[in-house]
Parts: sequence; C-alpha cells; structure tokens
Amino acid sequence: MSAPGGFLDYGPDAIIMAGLTGSNWRLADYVARGGYSALRKILTERIPPTTVIGEVKRSALRGRGGAGFPTGLKWSFMPQQYQGDKYLVCNSDEGEPGTFKDRDILRYNPHVLIEGMAIAAYAMGCGRGYNYIHGEIWETYERAEEAVAEAYAAGFLGTDILGSGFSFLLHNHHGYGAYICGEETALLESLEGKKGQPRFKPPFPASFGLYGKPTTINNTETFAAVPWIINHGGEAFLNLGRPNNGGTKLFSVSGDVARPGNFEVPLGTPFATLLDMAGGMRDGRKLKACIPGGSSMPVLPGDVMMQTDMDYDSIAKAGSMLGSGAVIVMNDTRCMVKSLLRLSYFYYEESCGQCTPCREGTGWLWRVVDRIEHGQGRADDIDLLLSVSDNIAGRTICALGDAAALPVKSFIRHFRDEFQHHIDHRQCLVPAYI
Amino acid sequence: MTMLSPEALKKIDREVAKYPPGHRQSAVMSALAIAQDEKGWLAPETMDFVARYLGMPPVAVYEVATFYAMYNLAPTGRHKVTVCTNLPCALQGATRAAAQLKERLGIGFGETTPDGAITLREGECMGACGDAPVLLVDNKRMCSSMTPDRLDALVDELKAVGGADGK
Ligand SMILES: Cc1cc2nc3c(=O)[nH]c(=O)nc-3n(C[C@H](O)[C@H](O)[C@H](O)COP(=O)(O)O)c2cc1C
Ligand code: FES
Repeated sequence: MSAPGGFLDYGPDAIIMAGLTGSNWRLADYVARGGYSALRKILTERIPPTTVIGEVKRSALRGRGGAGFPTGLKWSFMPQQYQGDKYLVCNSDEGEPGTFKDRDILRYNPHVLIEGMAIAAYAMGCGRGYNYIHGEIWETYERAEEAVAEAYAAGFLGTDILGSGFSFLLHNHHGYGAYICGEETALLESLEGKKGQPRFKPPFPASFGLYGKPTTINNTETFAAVPWIINHGGEAFLNLGRPNNGGTKLFSVSGDVARPGNFEVPLGTPFATLLDMAGGMRDGRKLKACIPGGSSMPVLPGDVMMQTDMDYDSIAKAGSMLGSGAVIVMNDTRCMVKSLLRLSYFYYEESCGQCTPCREGTGWLWRVVDRIEHGQGRADDIDLLLSVSDNIAGRTICALGDAAALPVKSFIRHFRDEFQHHIDHRQCLVPAYI
Repeated sequence: MTMLSPEALKKIDREVAKYPPGHRQSAVMSALAIAQDEKGWLAPETMDFVARYLGMPPVAVYEVATFYAMYNLAPTGRHKVTVCTNLPCALQGATRAAAQLKERLGIGFGETTPDGAITLREGECMGACGDAPVLLVDNKRMCSSMTPDRLDALVDELKAVGGADGK
C-alpha cells in the first residue's frame, strides 16, 4: 500500500484518501490539506440547508454501506420543520466479510468523516450525532476518540460552531462483536443499550429513529465524500464517476490477489484495472470466482467479472451487487462448496434469532452445506438448499436473511457441478483446499 | 456487592456523559467492556452492579452481555486470542494460522491451555481482511499479517507475561 514519498497508495484518482501517510491524521494535518473549509464556508456564508442537500443530490452520491440508496434523497426525508431532537448516526460497524475500508478512513483521515457529519447535521438540523464503531477495531476507536476531542477543542464540534449559532455534539460508540448491528435499526437498538435486534420498517428512522426521534444513518464513506462535494460541487463529483453512479468508491480487495488492500477508484472502473491495482492474481493463478460486494452479495464467475465495470448499475447487470465494495477474489484451487460452507456458518452464527425463517433457516443451510462438503450429501440436497433459501429470503424483518440466502443460490447457480460432484462422488472436484 | 474501582467508574461516567439526559442505558456496552477489562470476565455480580449503576433491570444487562460476542461470560485464560477464520481471511492463510495455533497450544477453539495462559477463540470478520491472518489479543490488540514466525513469537510473549498484564 505504500507509494514513493511515504504516501499510502489508494490509487491515482483517490479524493477521500489522497495525500495520506498513515501518520498525518491529526486535525492540524487535515486543516493543512484544506480540511474543514467546506464546513467553514457553509457556516460563514450561511448557505441554506436545502442548498446543501440539493448539492448532495446533484452529486448522485449513493450510500456506501451496502444498499446504495441515494444520499441526498435520504437526507430530504428528514422532517425540516420538526422542533424536537433529531439525530445523525454514522455506521462504522464494518463487519461484512471482505470489507475493511471504513477502518482506513477512521484511522488515517478521521477528520474528513467528522467534517462530513457536521455538514450533514447542519443540512438536516441534527443537534447530536453518534459514530458506531465496530468493536474489534479498538485501536481505531481510540483514534476516533482522539480526533473527536481535537475537533471539539478547535471549535468544529460543540455549541455555536465557528460563531454560527449551529451546534452539533458528536460522540463515538463502540460495538462489541455482533455483525447484525451493522443493520441500521439493530444499530439504533444497540445505541440505546439493548441487544441488537432489527426493528420492523416502517416506520423508517427518518420518522422514528434513535430514542424514537427522527434520525439519519449513513455509512462512514458516505459522510467522508461530503466535504469534497461541497468544496467542488455536486456536478464535479458526479463527473468523476458515471451517471447515477457519482464519484469515487473505496474497494477492499481481498483473497487470492498479490496485494490485498483498499483502492479508491472512480465508479465505472473496469474490474480488470482494480485487479491490476491489487497486484493481479497471487502466484499468477487463474481467476475462478469473485464476490464483488461483500459476502452477502451473489458470487460471479471470473470471466463474467473480467467483463464488468465497478459501479452499481454494471455489477447489477452482471448479476450481483456492489454492496459495501468488498471484492473477494478466488482462484482455481478454491472449492466452492467449502467456501460457501464458511459463509453459511457465518450467517448462522450471526443471525439475531428474532425471525424464525432466519434463525432456523441459517442453521439448516449450514448443516446441509456441511454434510455435502463432508461427503454425506443426499441426492436432493441441492434442491433442499434452494428451497430453504427461498423460504428465508424476503420473509424476515431485516436483510440478514437475504444475505444468507443470496450466496447459497448464487454459488449453486454458477458452480452447481461442484456441489453435484461432492454429492455423487463424496469428494471434492478441485484438488486444493482453503 | 462487587464494586468496580474508582478509575473504572470514572471511565463509565465519561461514557454516560455522551448520551442525552435520561439515557444512561446507552452506556451499557462500554460499561460492561470497562468492567470486563478490570475483572477479566462478567460474573453475575458484576453485571448486577452495572445494572444498578446505570439504573437498568439486571435482566436487560444480561441480555446485552449474552448478545455480543466479545463479552466473557466465564473466566478465560490470562489472555484470550480470537482468530478470524472467515472466508476472505481463510483465502489468505487464516486456516493455516488457526491450525498452527491449535497445534502449538494443544487445544481447540473454545479451550484454554492447561497452564491457564491462553484461551483460543474462533472469530468472525474483524474488518481487517486485507491484513490476514488477523487475530485479537484480549479484545483490544489486533495482530496483523500473522506469519508462522510471528505467531510463534506472539505465543511466546503471551505465555511469558504473567497475570499482571491485562487482567
Ligand atoms: C445484516 C446487515 C449488515 C449491515 N452492515 C452494515 C455495515 O457494517 N456498515 C454499513 O454502513 N451498513 C451496513 N448495512 C446497511 C445499513 O443497514 C444501512 O443501509 C446503511 O448503513 C445506510 O448507509 P448508506 O445509505 O450511507 O449506505 C448492513 C445491513 C444489513 C442488513
Ligand atoms: S474476514 Fe477476517 S477480518 Fe474480515
């Protein structure tokens, strides 16, 4: 990840992660890079909140947390005239297998997030905010605590920010080991000091969120894009990417590549280019399969991936989803049954247990994949997996059920022969292992 | 009544202050983490104390403690080592790393070495897949790119350090 000159190398087109060395994360460094100028401009020029939201809409920024929902539109759902407390929440509970980008934002450029959140809070009239950080990255949480303290001390957070009359109190909150808390309503429950079981929607957080008050939740990377949009205009951000797919995106590339890491590239960048940035396939092996958006998204065969561009619409057309931007690369030595087995165990382990189809179904999927992998598969097990998947997806309160079902269905769709071979011959079709 | 140290209570108070008045319960996750750091694990008396301190029903605290994977509901070894074995890490050597740890320590996941030094756990994605193999020591120290040599060195270090460290 290192480039000449001691800079971390996120790629030539990086905007959020440009000019970072790994140690220049402090407020003074950020200000020296031009940081907090967007917030300052909005507050001193008293730019109306609706203008800020309009700029974000123009940028075609879409949520970087998984669903890709248009950010400006989400912000406009917040009731502007509401007199009581409104909350802003950042989702840094990055736990989707394959995703490790928000950690880099938090540890190497935390103030870009703080500035983005302050701007968002101004635009939606939120007086308080929380950044919910994945419990496993404790050192990063501590850095975020330091960064927030710096921002209060410098007057970019707190009451009457820069003498504008606008106040925003931001705090960090840490998780402690529950993937489900990445789901936005489970996250809210967790913030309230409860177990993280998702809420039924509607009502959506914009009307009934944290402590029952109007709340907007965005991903870390979503907020981190906002200062650039304000500084350069929504149009410029949009033009970095493609229509309906504005801006750059951080992709976390993991698996069988030579240099796993994060790369920030314009949306629409060919997958082949991204693979090159990650050093290509490790040991020069052949690309067999790739999950382009985190473990919850459908797997795609390698040759399909090589024809696909990395933006929301292109990946959807190829049959998967951009999701969180976690690109999991698998080579030709990988057994697809064994790979799916580990993912199925994950969803079984992480189901919160609230909805019967998910609680029972994820365990069922795991046990059936497990017996196929271990040579005990039965003739109708593939059909059984598909049927259980269909009976989970769309029948649960939150999308974890779909997240468990989609990998199963896509692994079977594209690699059915491997599952069949395991069942028929009680052994694996590919020689190697994980 | 099991008490936490004044330093621990001060830390909890700082967490409570992050939330609006009337929402002390929001600090329960950090309060339990702070209590666990001090006591090593969450005994029922410790959880009851946290419940009283935050003005919550004890059962609401138990619900939280049992829901989140990083709380220790039973005593562990002097150190807890949690290895991520999820798919992205597995593709980058985590399976091998986990096997090496099991063999070196002579225990499986969920077990503690006979000398009480190390409890080994299997973990889920820690949001650090690019640095695989990754593991967590005592919830808070992440060790990255764990080659066989580095794993051996870590085990040596954890076995050597006495009970004074961390717990
Ligand atoms: C099971 C599950 C896990 C999720 N995990 C995360 C996560 O770790 N980070 C995140 O930002 N969004 C996650 N999401 C999506 C959030 O619910 C929500 O859509 C997102 O935080 C909204 O922010 P955005 O619009 O900026 O993307 C998850 C969703 C589900 C169903
Ligand atoms: S899969 Fe191991 S840290 Fe993400």
